[in-house]
Amino acid sequence: MAATVNKTPVEPEVDLPQLQRSLRQPRLLFSYFMSLMTGTATVVAMFPLFSVLYLLIKRGGASLSAAALTELPPAAMMTGGGFGNAIVGTIIIVLLATLIAVPIGILAAIYTAEFGPETEFTRWVQFSAKILTGLPSILAGVFAFATVVLVTGGFSAPAGAVALALLMLPTVLLTAEDAIKRVPTRMREAAIGMGATPTQVVTKVVLPTAVPGILTGVMLAIARAAGETAPLLFTSLFSDFWISRTNPVVLPKGVGDLMKPTASLAVLIYNFSSSPFDNQIALAWSAALVLVLMVLLVNLAGQRLAKRYSR
Amino acid sequence: MAALPTTLNANGNSVIDCHISELHYGKFKALRDVSLSIKPNTITAFIGPSGCGKSTALRCLNRMNDFVRGFRFKGHVFFRGQDIYGGRVDPVAVRRHIGMVFQQPNPFAMTIFRNVAFGLRLNRYKGAVEERVERALRSAALWDEVKDKLHSSALALSGGQQQRLCIARAVATEPAVLLMDEPCSALDPIATHRIEELMQELKTKYTIAIVTHNLQQAKRVADQTAFLYVDTSAGGRTGYMVEYGDTEQIFENPQASETQQYIRGEFS
Repeated sequence: MAATVNKTPVEPEVDLPQLQRSLRQPRLLFSYFMSLMTGTATVVAMFPLFSVLYLLIKRGGASLSAAALTELPPAAMMTGGGFGNAIVGTIIIVLLATLIAVPIGILAAIYTAEFGPETEFTRWVQFSAKILTGLPSILAGVFAFATVVLVTGGFSAPAGAVALALLMLPTVLLTAEDAIKRVPTRMREAAIGMGATPTQVVTKVVLPTAVPGILTGVMLAIARAAGETAPLLFTSLFSDFWISRTNPVVLPKGVGDLMKPTASLAVLIYNFSSSPFDNQIALAWSAALVLVLMVLLVNLAGQRLAKRYSR
Repeated sequence: MAALPTTLNANGNSVIDCHISELHYGKFKALRDVSLSIKPNTITAFIGPSGCGKSTALRCLNRMNDFVRGFRFKGHVFFRGQDIYGGRVDPVAVRRHIGMVFQQPNPFAMTIFRNVAFGLRLNRYKGAVEERVERALRSAALWDEVKDKLHSSALALSGGQQQRLCIARAVATEPAVLLMDEPCSALDPIATHRIEELMQELKTKYTIAIVTHNLQQAKRVADQTAFLYVDTSAGGRTGYMVEYGDTEQIFENPQASETQQYIRGEFS
């Protein structure tokens, strides 16, 4: 080893010309070619994103107005109108879905990552969560239709929320589990060594440390759920009206109001984009822009929150 | 063959009286025949080659091994006369009296202040938390370096500072015993020196047991030294205690041939 190292500096002049860059070297040509390929692929990958954003801002922004944000959807041939009820509906449905999926997902993740790792049961949970991430969204709609719509006797916001929660759950569970597992063992040991109970280890050390990762998963899940149309077609359907503030039949006031078909931005975009009427098509564009902005807002808020926690 | 482990006469006032007759991880027999009795306000060092079970023995003293899969323990560890492996003992309560500092500095991902106050908050300490935090940081010789940034992240400190923070965190709740598992192995010589000085100061208030692979460190800081070695005769790698006594005697006049060879550096 040492002998060969000592020998190399004997004739350095011979090697010098070869230090220069030459285009005839196949290695260099290949390098240039691959740089070009990866650069092109990046541009190609970004193109749809930017063209969609450009179209959304150009066409959606054109008909975006205070009226569009606050009024009810216009009937065919009508002018004006808006999608205020769909904004409210989307917020309510996604919020309900988050309230269902996030606690279940995080609690399950605490179990699979912290208390029951390497058991047969945990492996099954992880396996089915991975399968569920690939669940076609329309099947989530069919599931909620069978379990909620048919049972409660009608299309409703909670039915849509159940369908969306089903799509959010595996994402929340798997990312939270990952975030919890990435908390270094030495931090757990430190807490245990100080006389923390298993509960205190989880609540005071593991969860606070894992919060940024957990929040990322929640944001991803919300962003996906907010844009889903297919599961809502079976469950929340659509409504041309505001969520009524009267008419509680069996359920208490406030909950009863939600047990009716509920408008959502995704379904409104789906309905209006195939409409023959220019006004409705224009509104679909605006609604799409609003939906993208809402998701963006939630994501930014999530990032701010994660940053605050990781300090 | 191996000399019989020598034990100091327990004269009643020891903080920890420990006898590990057998310790298994699953089918693996990790330790046998470790007995020692630790007197208050002394430093006891565990030395021996890698894999001889010194850390395992240390972790027995506050039941940190409970979380290792397949851990089985035969023997007893008396802490002030109570067997901490007794059936009705709560390991959580044990660890609140017998604190631990680990090999890698492991501050929590929170502010310096909240790191030190962590143990106090676990115990729902109602008194003046600020005062206790300052006292703990002072006794870990860290106060002057961090007093202006108590509320910034502990992870921004240097390795040596982090380790002193971990010591401050451990002494904030004023445990009776402080276990240190190779506390200087991740630190540079200057930081190591500071920790060694610190241990001498802490000795006046606490009883310390330390694992170290640095013989010079054991010689410098410890009052008593236990030498552990590995027995491979039965096919496995079972650690056992060869010799235990005053540090001076272990280093100047070791009784067992294994100890003599190890101290002279004839095997590692």
